[in-house]
Amino acid sequence: MRNAFGTPVGIIIAGGLIGVIAALLQYFGNPANMGFCIACFERDIAGAIGLHSAKVVQYVRPEVIFIVIGAMIASLATKEFKARGGSSVIVRFFLGTFAMIGALVFLGCPWRAFIRLSGGDLNALLGIAGLVSGIAIGTVFIKKGFSLGRAYNQSKISGFVLPLFFAAIFLLFIIGFEKLNLSSKGPGAMHAPIIISVIAGLLVGFLAQRSRFCTVGAIRDLMIVRSTHLLFGLLSFSVAVFVLNLILGQFNLGFEGQPIAHTDGVWNFLGMLLAGLCFSLAGGCPGRQLILSGEGDNDAAVFVMGMIFGAGISHNFGLASTPKGIGPFAEIAVFAGIAFVLAIAFFNTRRAR
Amino acid sequence: MSIVIDTRGLSCPMPAFMVIEEIKKGTKNFDILVDNECSKENISRALKKNGFSKEEIEQSDHTIFRVSK
Repeated sequence: MRNAFGTPVGIIIAGGLIGVIAALLQYFGNPANMGFCIACFERDIAGAIGLHSAKVVQYVRPEVIFIVIGAMIASLATKEFKARGGSSVIVRFFLGTFAMIGALVFLGCPWRAFIRLSGGDLNALLGIAGLVSGIAIGTVFIKKGFSLGRAYNQSKISGFVLPLFFAAIFLLFIIGFEKLNLSSKGPGAMHAPIIISVIAGLLVGFLAQRSRFCTVGAIRDLMIVRSTHLLFGLLSFSVAVFVLNLILGQFNLGFEGQPIAHTDGVWNFLGMLLAGLCFSLAGGCPGRQLILSGEGDNDAAVFVMGMIFGAGISHNFGLASTPKGIGPFAEIAVFAGIAFVLAIAFFNTRRAR
Repeated sequence: MSIVIDTRGLSCPMPAFMVIEEIKKGTKNFDILVDNECSKENISRALKKNGFSKEEIEQSDHTIFRVSK
C-alpha cells in the first residue's frame, strides 16, 4: 500500500490520535467537550473578524487555521495537492451556510457530537441520531444519481487562496491587530495556549489528510458502499476521547448541566439532521472540508466560507442556540434549510445515468 | 468497445459508488478513470473486496484502472 494511513490500522491510529489531541486540548484550556469543534471554531473566527457580534464566542482559533495548513503541507509533500474546482459552487456555499445553521442549533459539528458523547453528554445522542438521519436522507438521493457535477483542474494558485486567507487572519491575531474581536468571557475566552493549538492543528491536519478521516463519510460509506473503513476511524476517535476524558477527570454523564449544550432533544435532532444532510450532499464533514481545502479543492474552500458566513447569519438573526435553549428564530431557519437542501437534492438527481 | 467509468472530478462517495454499481451489474472487465489519491484508495478497497484485480496505467493527469475478474 502506498499510503500507510490508508490501511485499517492506519485509520484506527489516526482516529485515535485525533481523539487524544481533542481531549488534551480541553485539558489545556479549550472549552469543555469542544476539544476542537470545527463548527464552533469557525463560528469563533467569524466573530473575531466581525461577522457577528456575539461577545462570548469570538476568537481566532489556531486549530482550524492550522488544520488547513497542516493538510496543505502534507498534500504538497506527498504530491497530492491539486487545485481543482467548479462543481456547483454557489450551491456548495449555501450547503455550508445551512450546515452551520443546523450545527449551531445543536451546538456542535459532527466531530463535537462524538466528543460530547464521549464526555458523557447524553444530549449528543439526539444530535447523532439526527446526523445519521440526515446522512441517510442524503444517501437516498446519492443512490438515485444525485451529483453536484464534476470539478475541473484550476490554476495552482487558486488552491492556496483559502490557506492564505486563514494565514492572514492568524498573522493579524499574532501581531495583535486591534480590530479583531476577542472574547474576554464565555467559551471564546477559553482556549489552550496558542503554540499548543497550532501544533494540534498541524498534527490533526496531517493525520486527517493522510488517513482521509471523515465522520460523515464513516456513516455514509456504511450506507452506500458497505465499507466500514472510515467507521473504524470514527470509533477509534470516540473511544480515545472517552478514555482520555476518564483519565483527565473530564467525564460527566447525564443530560442536565452539560457544558455549552442545551436539553431540547427535538431541536438537537433536527439541527443535526439539517447539518448531516448538507454534509452528505457536499461530500464530507466540516473537518474533511478543511482538509480538502488544504489540498487545493476550491469547492471545499467555498463550503468552508459558506459555513463562516452561516455562523454570522446564525448569531445575527437569533438562530444559534445557547445553553438556555434554541434561538428565537431557529425553527423557521431549520425548516427553511431542510426545504432548500431537499430542493437542491431533488433537482440534482437524475434517475438514469 | 470496453466500458469506461469516468470518475474524474467527482467527489466522495461518487467514484466508489459508480464502481460498485458497475460490479453489481455483473460486469467483469472495465476501465476506471480516476484522478485523486483518495478515490484511488476507496476504489481499490472496493475492487479488492469484490475479488477484482487491476492494472494501473498512468496518464498525464489521471490514472486508468484496467480491472478484471
